[in-house]
Amino acid sequence: MSALLAGLAIPAAIAGVLGYGLFRRVNLLEAFCAGAKQGLRTAAGMAPPLILFLTVLGMLEASGGLDALCWAVRPAAEALGVPPEVTPLALLRPLSGSGSLAVFQGILQSCGPDSFPGRVASVIQSASETTFYTTALYFGSVKVSRTRYALPCSLLGDLAVILSAGWMVRLFLD
Amino acid sequence: MNWILTLMAAAAVAGGLVSGRIEAVGEAALSRCGEAVSLILSLTGALCLWSGLMEVARRAGLTEKLAALFRPAAARLFPGLREDGETLGLIAMNVTANLLGLGNAATPLGLAAMGRMAEHCPPGRPATREMITLVVLNTCSIQLIPATVSALRLAAGSAAPMEILPPMLAASALSLAVSLGAVALCARLFPDRREP
Repeated sequence: MSALLAGLAIPAAIAGVLGYGLFRRVNLLEAFCAGAKQGLRTAAGMAPPLILFLTVLGMLEASGGLDALCWAVRPAAEALGVPPEVTPLALLRPLSGSGSLAVFQGILQSCGPDSFPGRVASVIQSASETTFYTTALYFGSVKVSRTRYALPCSLLGDLAVILSAGWMVRLFLD
Repeated sequence: MNWILTLMAAAAVAGGLVSGRIEAVGEAALSRCGEAVSLILSLTGALCLWSGLMEVARRAGLTEKLAALFRPAAARLFPGLREDGETLGLIAMNVTANLLGLGNAATPLGLAAMGRMAEHCPPGRPATREMITLVVLNTCSIQLIPATVSALRLAAGSAAPMEILPPMLAASALSLAVSLGAVALCARLFPDRREP
């Protein structure tokens, strides 16, 4: 049911908008092209800042700096109730989509999906986003470099997920 | 953001030197800038599609109606956009796509909304409260069905791949409440400087 709904959403939205436009006697082709041209301009403006952001993120990922960070925060993470197997995922999740997916799969493989670390990892992976990437993408697209309190607020949300994941799993699944 | 970028690049160099992976760091820099362009290319089609459809919807008066539905919640979250039905319409569609787990559809819609908000503030200006709220909404994963994760769990041999739904929804809701609460607090502590 939910899969059908999700599958239907995009085709229905496209057909619905076009159909309603026709019904209201909008010149479809002309209106669509005017809007799409604006989209093209947005995409072109997005490229230069995004190249910088993604390059730096990639450098950080490749440097192994994250592994060192994992090692450094592990005692603190354990004290807060984050299983040690999950710590690398918690650190990587906000930074890298492909990296965290790889680590997540590693945890499922080594601990098992229905183990406690496997469940906690599943909650972290599905309830948080690649915060740095998303923030860079959105602000980069409009060339805003002074993002003010955006990143701290987003990261606070991620922290809430990481710290509560263990409690939520115990509360709902044990 | 300027500071964070420099700090991350410096950390990458330091980390690369310590771990002996400095060559990989250089390679990553060169391959990632190419990947950034292919990412943008892959997004461009959808961005144009949704921007075009939004223009049709706007001329047909549809965005105003959608925004009207969304207005009670939006007036609280995006106080500066009360008059801007079209941007609110884009945001409403961005949130809907996110809830349905359609990340590929949500991103171009959100970026289009960012673009419209930026029209009112020239380059070099700091982010507005409305921009920050939209970005924070998109950094909190607000999907209702964890499709990717449950598929991976199933592939790894889980007996109940969907059992994580309740704790995931609870953690998601908590994170959304914390983030939006922090935004509301910050907006009060550091108000936007609006042009007279």
